[in-house]
Amino acid sequence: MKDSTVAIGTALPRADGPGKVCGTEKYAADYYPEGMLWAGVKTSDYAHALVKEIDVSAALIIPGVHAVLIHKDVKGSNRVGVPESDAPVLADYKVCHKGDPVALIIAESREMVSRAAAAINVEYQALPAVFDPEQALLPDAPVLHENRADKNLLLSGAINKGKGALALEECTFSVESEFNLPAQEHAYLETETGVACLNDDGVLELVASTQTPFRDRMELAHALGLPATKIKISAPYLGGGFGGKDGITVQGLLGLAALNSSGRPVKMWNSREESFKSSSKRHPARMHYRLGCKQDGSLHALSCRIVLDTGAYASLGGPVLALAMEHAAGVYRIENTYIEGFCVYTNNPISGAFRGFGAPQVLAAVEQMIDMLADKIGMDPLEFRLKNAVNRGDELGSGVLMSRSTGIVACLQTMQKHPLWINRRQWEKDAPPFKRRAVGMAAGMQGTGYGPVVADVANAKLELLVDGRFRIYSGVADMGQGNNATNVQIAGEILGQSAAAFELLQPDTERSLPSGSSSASRTTYSFGNALQGACRLLKERILTRVCQMGMGIYQEDLLLVPGRVHHIPSGKDIPLTVIATAMTDSERVSVNSYTAPVARHHEIVNPAVRAAGFPHLVFCFACHLARIEINELTGEVTICDYLACTDGGRVLNPQLYEQQIQGGIVQGIGYALWEDFKVSAGEILSSNLSTYIIPGSLDVPDIISLPVETVEDSGPFGMKGIGEIGINLPYPAIANAVARATGRRIKTGPLSAERVWQALQAEEEQ
Amino acid sequence: MLIRFYLNNQLKEINSDPDKRVVDLLRENLGLTGTKEGCGEGECGACSILVDGVSKLSCLMLAAQLDGHNIITIEGLADGEKLHPVQAAFVVGGAVQCGFCSPGMVIAALDLLQRNPHPQRSEIRQGLSGNLCRCTGYQKIVDAVEAAALEMGDKL
Ligand code: FES
Ligand code: FES
Repeated sequence: MKDSTVAIGTALPRADGPGKVCGTEKYAADYYPEGMLWAGVKTSDYAHALVKEIDVSAALIIPGVHAVLIHKDVKGSNRVGVPESDAPVLADYKVCHKGDPVALIIAESREMVSRAAAAINVEYQALPAVFDPEQALLPDAPVLHENRADKNLLLSGAINKGKGALALEECTFSVESEFNLPAQEHAYLETETGVACLNDDGVLELVASTQTPFRDRMELAHALGLPATKIKISAPYLGGGFGGKDGITVQGLLGLAALNSSGRPVKMWNSREESFKSSSKRHPARMHYRLGCKQDGSLHALSCRIVLDTGAYASLGGPVLALAMEHAAGVYRIENTYIEGFCVYTNNPISGAFRGFGAPQVLAAVEQMIDMLADKIGMDPLEFRLKNAVNRGDELGSGVLMSRSTGIVACLQTMQKHPLWINRRQWEKDAPPFKRRAVGMAAGMQGTGYGPVVADVANAKLELLVDGRFRIYSGVADMGQGNNATNVQIAGEILGQSAAAFELLQPDTERSLPSGSSSASRTTYSFGNALQGACRLLKERILTRVCQMGMGIYQEDLLLVPGRVHHIPSGKDIPLTVIATAMTDSERVSVNSYTAPVARHHEIVNPAVRAAGFPHLVFCFACHLARIEINELTGEVTICDYLACTDGGRVLNPQLYEQQIQGGIVQGIGYALWEDFKVSAGEILSSNLSTYIIPGSLDVPDIISLPVETVEDSGPFGMKGIGEIGINLPYPAIANAVARATGRRIKTGPLSAERVWQALQAEEEQ
Repeated sequence: MLIRFYLNNQLKEINSDPDKRVVDLLRENLGLTGTKEGCGEGECGACSILVDGVSKLSCLMLAAQLDGHNIITIEGLADGEKLHPVQAAFVVGGAVQCGFCSPGMVIAALDLLQRNPHPQRSEIRQGLSGNLCRCTGYQKIVDAVEAAALEMGDKL
C-alpha cells in the first residue's frame, strides 16, 4: 500500500485498516493498565423514586472492594449533559429511570463489583411515574425535574408558514395518519468503556470511547469539581458510536473512581446488558400528519404534530427535536405548513443522539404520507415526488431555504432511469406462490453541521516531522466512519505525498486541538476544511524555505512530490528531511481554524428551537428503492434488492462513501423491520442482543449505491457529509412497499412479521 | 490449574483459574486484546478464535478447555508486517469500519474458507451469520471474503 495513490476521488484503503484487522489497534476497551481496579455501578430499582438512604456497609466489607462512592463523594455539580446539564453522575436525592446509577463500586475484579452492588442497600420512596410523553404533558403529571418551569416539557416549537394548517381546506385531495415509532438502540459492538488514572501531577487522565473528548473534558471539570487543565482525555478509535457516545457515558463515573482509588488506574466497561440499560436510544416518536395537494398534484398544505420521548434526561433531545421539525415536511415545496413539536421527559430510558437526529422518524412518516397522497390522486409516486421536490433557491415545507447544492431532483431522475424502477411492475407480477412482491421508494435529506447558533468550529494541526513525514493531529474522534483516514487523503492530495508519509494522531485534549464532536455529518466537512488550510499553510512554508535555501525565487518552480521538493527548471530534488531540519520546531507545525458557514435566512421558528440547531445550511439528499417479498404464511419481509441514489456532493473516496451508505441503510433496515427496543413501565424488556435483534449477514441484501454528484463549494473538494443520510430512508421505502403489497398501512413500527401478517389477515377479512 | 496449549504456534504453560473465561485470559493475562468482547453471551462473534482450526466463541469457553489444544487468535495470522490474505482482502476491500467486529469476522471467514475454499456469496453470508457487524452492512465483508477466496485458491 506504500505508494498507492491518495488522489481525491480514488478508493485509497483506510489507514486504520491494517491495525484493526490484525488486532493490534488499541481501542479504549483494550487498555488494562498495570495495577488497575475495576469500577461498576449499582443502578436504580425504581423508575421514579426519592433516594432516602444508601447503606454501603455490607459492600465495603467484601474482600477486594476498594471503595463504594455515592453522590456525596462528588465534589462538583454532579451533573452532566449538553446543552442541558441535568443527568447526575450519581443519583442524589432521586432517581428518574431504572438505569440511574446510585452507587459506584471500585474493586479488584468485576465479580467483586457485582457482589458489592448486590450488597448495597438503598432505601427508596417510590414516586408516581410517567411513561407516556402525551401524559407527561398533562398538568397533573408527575414531574421529573422540579426545578424546570416547563415541567416535563424539554423543548417545544412551532412553524407556521403561509396559511398554515388552514390551507388544508383549500386542497383537492388530502390524507391523514398517525405513526408510532419505537426506540432504537445503537448497539455499537464496543460498549461504553474507558480507563482513568490520577497521575503524579494531579492530572486526571482518561482514555475513553467517546465521540466528544474536548466537550467531555469541560463537562467533567464542572461535574467533578476539577479545573479543566487538570483533565486530559484521549479518544482512540471507537468500536462504533452512531451518536450513542456523543457525550458522557461512563466518563463521569470513571473520573470519580480515579479520584478515589489511591492513585491506582481504574477501568470500566459496561456489559451488554448494562449498556442497554444506561445508554441513550433513538427517540420514540408519535407523529400525526395531514397532507394535501391541488388537483394537479402540487403539494399545498401540511400539518403535523411530533411528540418525542426523551426519557429521564435531556441528552441531545433538543437538537433532535429541532432536526425532526426541520425535516418534517421532507424535500418538497409546500407553501402552507404548520409543524409543531414537543420533546418530553418521561421515566423511560434516555433518548439522545442517533445517526439521523430525528430525521429518520419524521421522514418515515412524511414519506408514507406522500405515497398515500400519490395513491389517492392516482399519480406515480416518483412522478409525484419529482413534481414537488425542491431545487436550489426553493424553500422546504419547513421554511428552510435551499441555498447550497441541491441534488434531490437529480437523485430522483437517476432512480427513474434505473431498471429496478422501470421493471418494477413486471417483477411484482412474477411473485412465486405464497409470496407477495412490491417495490417501494422514499426520498429525503439530512442537514449537516450544528445549525445557526452553536459555532461549528474545527482546528487542524499538522506537523512536518524531522524524518520528512507528516503528522496529522486529528481533532475529531473516529467512531468508524473513517474521517481520520480521509484526513490522509486530503493532506496527501494537497501536499503531494503518499499515504505512507502520514502519521495519524487520534484526538487527545493535550496534543490535538478542539474541533467539535464526531457527529452531525460534519466530521470530514468541518475538519477537512480546517485541514486543507493547515496543509496549504505548511506547503507554503516548505516552499518558501526551499527558495531561501537557494533553490530559485519562484514557488511556481517547485513541486511537492513524495518525500521531496522538485525544482522544475533544474530538475533537481531536495529531500523533505533536509528541509525539515532547516526549519524551526514551530515553523514545522501549522494550525488552521475553520468555522462552518450558517444559514442566514429569516427566522421561521421560535428562538429555543433555533438555538437547538434549526435551520441548517448544507443538506445532502437521497432517494431509496426497496424491492420486497412478503411470505404470506408468516408475514416475514425479505428485502430482495435495494437501491440508493445519494447526493453527497463530490465523492472523495468511493470506498468510504459506500461504507457509509451501505452501513446506514442496513441500520435503517433494522429500524424498519426488527429493532424494537421494548420498555414496559420503565423496565427494559429488550435487555441484550438475543432479545433486541439487529440485522445479521443473512438478513440484508447487497445494496446498489449510486452517487449523484453535485459540487458543494463550501465543502473540502466539493464534498458534503454522508454519515447519516443512509439511515433516513429504509423505513419509509420498505413501509411503502409493504403497504403496496398488503393494501394496508401499518402505523406502528417496526414492520414486524407479526404486524405484516395481521395486515394480510385484515385484508382477507375485508 | 496448570494449562498447556499452543497459542499462535507457541507452547504456553500457564497457571489459571480453570473457570476463567478464555476471552478474559487472552485479553487480561496474555495481553492479546485483538480478540474482542461485544456481548459475553455468544450473540456477536467478536470474541471468535480458532481452536484446532475451528472457530469458537472465547466468551463461552473456560480456561480449562484450552488444555492440549491449538489456539490461533487474530494476532497469530499475519506474518510480521505481511497480512494474511484474508486480512489483506479486508483492508483493500474496505470491509473495516470501526473494526471492532473485524478480528472475529476474519476468524469466521478463515473457518469458512478452510471448509469451503470456493464459497458462493450466499454461502459466505451463511458462514458469517454468527458474527454481528453494526457498521458495514456486511456487503464489503462478503466482497472481501470472496476476493480472499479467489486470491488463495486452494492454498489454505
Ligand atoms: S463476546 Fe462472545 S459472542 Fe459476543
Ligand atoms: S466494523 Fe464496526 S462492528 Fe463491524
